[in-house]
Amino acid sequence: MATLEIKDLHAAVTTDEGSKEILKGVDLTVRSGEIHAIMGPNGSGKSTLSYAIAGHPKYEVTSGEVLLDGENVLDMSVDERARAGLFLAMQYPVEVPGVSMSNFLRSAATSVRGEAPKLRHWVKEVKDEMAKLDISSEFAERSVNEGFSGGEKKRHEILQLALLRPKFAILDETDSGLDVDALRVVSDGVNEYTANNDVGVMLITHYTRILKHIHPDFVHVFAGGRIVESGGKELADELEESGYVKYIEKAGTTAAV
Amino acid sequence: MTVTEENTANTAAAGEAVVPAVSRGERFSSYDVEAFEVPGGREENWRFTPMKRLRGLHNGSAPATGEIKVDADAAPEVRIETVGRDDERLGAAGTPSDRVAAQAYSSFTSATLVTVPKETKASKPTVVRLSGPGEGETAYGHVQVRAEAFAEAAIVLDHVGSGTYADNVEFVIGDGAQLTVVSVHDWADDAVHVSEQHLRLGRDAKLKHIVVTLGGDLVRVSPTATFAGPGGDVDMLGLYFADAGQHQEHRLFVDHAGPNCKSNVLYKGALQGDGAHGVWIGDVLIRAAAEGTETFELNRNLVLTEGARADSVPNLEIETGEIAGAGHASATGRFDDEQLFYLQSRGIEEEQARRLVVRGFFHEILMKIDIPEVRERLEAAIEAELQAIGV
Ligand SMILES: Nc1ncnc2c1ncn2[C@@H]1O[C@H](COP(=O)(O)OP(=O)(O)O)[C@@H](O)[C@H]1O
Ligand SMILES: [Mg+2]
Repeated sequence: MATLEIKDLHAAVTTDEGSKEILKGVDLTVRSGEIHAIMGPNGSGKSTLSYAIAGHPKYEVTSGEVLLDGENVLDMSVDERARAGLFLAMQYPVEVPGVSMSNFLRSAATSVRGEAPKLRHWVKEVKDEMAKLDISSEFAERSVNEGFSGGEKKRHEILQLALLRPKFAILDETDSGLDVDALRVVSDGVNEYTANNDVGVMLITHYTRILKHIHPDFVHVFAGGRIVESGGKELADELEESGYVKYIEKAGTTAAV
Repeated sequence: MTVTEENTANTAAAGEAVVPAVSRGERFSSYDVEAFEVPGGREENWRFTPMKRLRGLHNGSAPATGEIKVDADAAPEVRIETVGRDDERLGAAGTPSDRVAAQAYSSFTSATLVTVPKETKASKPTVVRLSGPGEGETAYGHVQVRAEAFAEAAIVLDHVGSGTYADNVEFVIGDGAQLTVVSVHDWADDAVHVSEQHLRLGRDAKLKHIVVTLGGDLVRVSPTATFAGPGGDVDMLGLYFADAGQHQEHRLFVDHAGPNCKSNVLYKGALQGDGAHGVWIGDVLIRAAAEGTETFELNRNLVLTEGARADSVPNLEIETGEIAGAGHASATGRFDDEQLFYLQSRGIEEEQARRLVVRGFFHEILMKIDIPEVRERLEAAIEAELQAIGV
């Protein structure tokens, strides 16, 4: 049983024009076994939240804490965070030319598991997971994400989830850009992982359709750089009906810090 | 006709493609050193080269004091000869186009001739090892590789050792011949090497010319490709890795004077450490008669640390509209933060992530080196370079 605590998190993005505050006090606690849907309009800071937790160098945490079982994640380097059990499925996975998917996956698994997986088991493990996600075996020899379609990139993020077995997974708009079939394959992949592992999930999404496949225990509305409303599944139904408008207004009036 | 262009510069200096005031096609050439003025360093051809470090190769003050040692491990089908200056085959691939090359041409005492006989396919790569004259010594040399009509072979010119060395290297590729050459410059730290390489392709000939520069204090390699008939196809590939204080300069010229030839240039360099300097000049000239030309050139530089610098100047001159395609691109950048972040976010330590990125950067070129022994050696050399600075 593990706990990820986000406490009054403030973060700014560094741009050419200077620093701009995006996160304005995020509070959230996720325990293993829980799925938290985080829903919010474009530009509300959802990706910033996931990057700040993962340690992206462009995003500076200006105050607040992120604790993994009481340990301060913000003191760790990006790779230490991953080895501590955090995983971020990115909204826009990065292309790494010349590095083969198979080399990348094996390097990552070796780092996260602390030792190189035995080759025979590993080959089978990767093959099986790829098959579940409908990924053709030829992808193993392609460069990481290079020339992949949006859907192919998302499948590979979930493949990494399955292989790296984190304690906490942040899935940043894993559903966006997927057609109906791909959404089902990817959701099945996430469900299989959560069913067989003691994992906490932050499922970041703009739309409610993925919640028909992955059932959240909690739903949070994210607007103006913080969580403005929390509830159960019924909150998602309400969003489906009436959209984000009232929350944007809410964030607008209270977020003037 | 399509002309594509891409120019991105993140850091250091990346050149705009420029058409110089004087066309590259007008460049003077001669076998006689005295026909050239002593360059001062401001000339277009010399402006990036630290002239003092040439140790007099350019001004006549560096008489030969030693010799280059040549050892060959040749395929049984390939003939290796040592010939005198008067051998009439010499000079067939091109004429020196700068004073150092002319100095080398005027100064060498014997030349190495490597011949792949006509309609013969060599059964293994031929390795010619050229060892420098030793620290503090100067030598001039000449090498000619001849692939006769329809011959097929792979030749490695492996430059090692110490000293100061200038040479001309000729590749005379007969009609329909197919040749892969790898010129490896793995010199000791003190070495200075200035090399003009003349690539002359016959009708329907195919040449893959690969330059690898790893060592030396100053290495300046100038490959010029010309076509003797239609249907020629040249791939010019380069990989360089400059460390602190090293100057590595590659000046390419592809002269499309006749119709229906192809050229493809791809050079990639990594630079690390204080004063590491990479220079890449890519001149491509498509003359009026060169209809149906297809050409693309690309140079990419990865600046790994502070204090390293890359200059990259692509230059495409087109004198006819009737071409199949022409383009160029040049980019110089530092490590991509997004790539490093992505790899690290999967648990991979920063140092290993950097290595993966650098290896990945060179992968495109290494994959094109179809001589396994050479490719493995280069992979090992790249690992050693990465080890040295602990990126
Ligand atoms: N790297 C960045 N450079 C500049 N602005 C950024 C960057 N990342 C985020 N922002 C800005 O921060 C705000 C929140 O963005 P983001 O976290 O991507 O929102 P969401 O994921 O909810 O759509 C937006 O206004 C966006 O323009
Ligand atoms: Mg986002």
